[in-house]
Amino acid sequence: MYYNEMFNGDQVREAYAHLSGWVEQMPADFRQMKQAEAEALFRRIGITFAVYGEGGDPDRLIPFDMMPRVFTQSEWRRLERGIKQRAKALNAFLHDVYSRGEIVRAGRIPARLVYQNEAYEKAVVGFVPPRGVYSHIIGIDLVRTGRDDFYVLEDNCRTPSGVSYMLENREIMMRMFPELFRGNRIEPVDGYPDLLRRTLESVAPKKCQGRPRVVILTPGHFNSAYYEHSFLANLMGVELVEGPDLFVEGEFVFMRTTEGPKRVDVIYRRIDDAFIDPLTFRRDSMLGVPGLMDVYRSGGVSICSAPGAGVADDKAIYTFVPEMVRFYLGEEPILKNVETWTLWKEDDYKYVMDNLGDLVVKEVHGSGGYGMLVGPRSTKAEIEKFRGLIEKKPHNYIAQPTLSLSTCPTFVEDGIAPRHVDLRPFCLCGERIELVPGGLTRVALKEGSLVVNSSQGGGVKDTWVLSE
Amino acid sequence: MLSRTASNLFWLGRHMERAETASRLFEVGARITLLPNTTEGYQNEWESLLRASAASQLYHQAYDALTEENMEKFMIFDRSNPSSVASCIYNARESGRIVRTALTSRVWDALNVAWQEIRAMEAGQEDAADLADMVARHASTVQGAIDGTQLRNDGFHFMKLGYALERADSTARILDVKYFVLLPRVEFVGSGLDSYQWQVILRALSAHRSFHWAYGEDVSAGRVAHFLILNGEAPRSLITSVQEALWHLETLVRRYGDMVPHTARDRAQALADRMNALNVDDIFDEGLHEFLTDFIIEIGQVASCVQADYFHGRG
Repeated sequence: MYYNEMFNGDQVREAYAHLSGWVEQMPADFRQMKQAEAEALFRRIGITFAVYGEGGDPDRLIPFDMMPRVFTQSEWRRLERGIKQRAKALNAFLHDVYSRGEIVRAGRIPARLVYQNEAYEKAVVGFVPPRGVYSHIIGIDLVRTGRDDFYVLEDNCRTPSGVSYMLENREIMMRMFPELFRGNRIEPVDGYPDLLRRTLESVAPKKCQGRPRVVILTPGHFNSAYYEHSFLANLMGVELVEGPDLFVEGEFVFMRTTEGPKRVDVIYRRIDDAFIDPLTFRRDSMLGVPGLMDVYRSGGVSICSAPGAGVADDKAIYTFVPEMVRFYLGEEPILKNVETWTLWKEDDYKYVMDNLGDLVVKEVHGSGGYGMLVGPRSTKAEIEKFRGLIEKKPHNYIAQPTLSLSTCPTFVEDGIAPRHVDLRPFCLCGERIELVPGGLTRVALKEGSLVVNSSQGGGVKDTWVLSE
Repeated sequence: MLSRTASNLFWLGRHMERAETASRLFEVGARITLLPNTTEGYQNEWESLLRASAASQLYHQAYDALTEENMEKFMIFDRSNPSSVASCIYNARESGRIVRTALTSRVWDALNVAWQEIRAMEAGQEDAADLADMVARHASTVQGAIDGTQLRNDGFHFMKLGYALERADSTARILDVKYFVLLPRVEFVGSGLDSYQWQVILRALSAHRSFHWAYGEDVSAGRVAHFLILNGEAPRSLITSVQEALWHLETLVRRYGDMVPHTARDRAQALADRMNALNVDDIFDEGLHEFLTDFIIEIGQVASCVQADYFHGRG
């Protein structure tokens, strides 16, 4: 049976006590009216984008569910400790593999997985960014299977998106249901932009003088996450720049302004490594800034997250994160990994091939619910097709058991029904490691579906943390 | 402010004004054709319109006959015509989308609604006057939102500068239609037909009542030319547009100080000085068409200087 976040049998769980009365008293047409109002608000604000990496129409609206997902204070504190611990270990790992590589030398992680990883960036070997932080914004995808059981599905160490949903979902809920917020003590999330700005300022390069000038680097307004980029720039009060707005001269990076060149100290980039600097990476790219990497390596500018940070977040490295926590921090991991079989190991390969129908198989570099097989929900033909793919490139796949994702009450066509959810909190790493009490809850709107990605019919809901 | 942001704000203003011009030009054409004035029928009027807006070649590549239906398609809806109403409003909205962070929600909303409405309209459902009204209404809403809600910072001045320079250009082009219409038959000058055509131009600029307030006399070539070129009270006259552009440029020069070049301001200042020294007889002596051609080139030069001073970002 799935863990139901709201009910324990007939009993309403503590976190949802206030909400259940609200739902019961709600007339049916009231909900439909409010739903239409919410959608109109989203459209008006212009939140119409797909979560990065999922593709799809940038003008599409992701369905918003008005039923919030709730955590008690004690549940959240534990999650928070686990997330910070993991973020700390991931950054320690990045620091290590770009310098001495002790974890590899100690035989705890195979050298091949690190040094032959597509995301491993030789251009930054030996360079230590300010405060030793490589990944400054880490989105950790979590699922829950029981009262105390949280599993990490995935770490996103490059440019995780979706934080604008966290903020806008809250904004819309507060606008539509102020009475809910009066009656419940819900911790605010709107400190996020300030926290992000302080985090970015705290990793300014050595050569920075005075207050650091931070910018967000976007691939441009055709990108599906452009709304989020401009939204964050707006809330932080920083410039949103595209590659051609920046240029390198001497030891520094400047942006072109109507008053002439202005020096830039910290770049929160929302473009991929390959496009950062055409002189170092892809020559055909117009998105980046020629010469940027030289300035970065000589301490003239900070790039967040650091090029090469992606080596910490693919699905092959994922299996070793608990090991990182033990190795670097000498602690036991608070958050569990999902049991994972790696198909390049002989024993694992055999087990997976024998049990394909019960497992979830994912591509190592895949994302967004593409390139995966959900065994128990697939036809025989689909399973056999995947078997063929795996035989050709076993090292390209991992497999996991089908998790019993928790469900959360969700508004559906004819009332309220349980639907599976996951959670992406956003952890910020700079001078301190911090996160706001909340995150992005994604919900699989199709009955029985375990896939919450917006490209696969997923929606979003507000995430509450109740204060004591 | 980022050079790219400034440039997009400038073009937002230019494109909104250009959308209005396209619809005004179309209205001029539609009205002039109501009177059969030449042996060639109304072919000539539409052609004169295309020549004044420098779109003749583009039109003839895409359409066979010069009909009102085709012209409406071309000037209002055709996205392959960069000066059509739909193209201009699309471009203005696109500029707005790029600089969302520099716009108030009211301005964005007005731009967005204008685009949604033009997109929803099918060619041929409305008559020319309705189309012109619709475009004028949206143009006013966007301008009102800018004037009512935008901070008076550099971004505001770049937007308004775009409007002013485009308006100078467009009034000159609308005036030039008159020249092209009359070109083949000089003997019409001073006739009843001549004054009807001038009235149409005043109407298209929503200025026929203002004209009567200002002059209290019949429409004549000299008075209309004075009104639309040299009258500093007429909101769309060339001199008013140049003065406004100059004012915004001066404000920018004051804001930015000596470290930023001001060739655009200097050029606009020189143009304004020259306009101030002119009278209508000088213009007719030079030839109205020749004067307007020179003026359009000079406005283009000021715009290039704006580009060089502010949008290039140096370095």
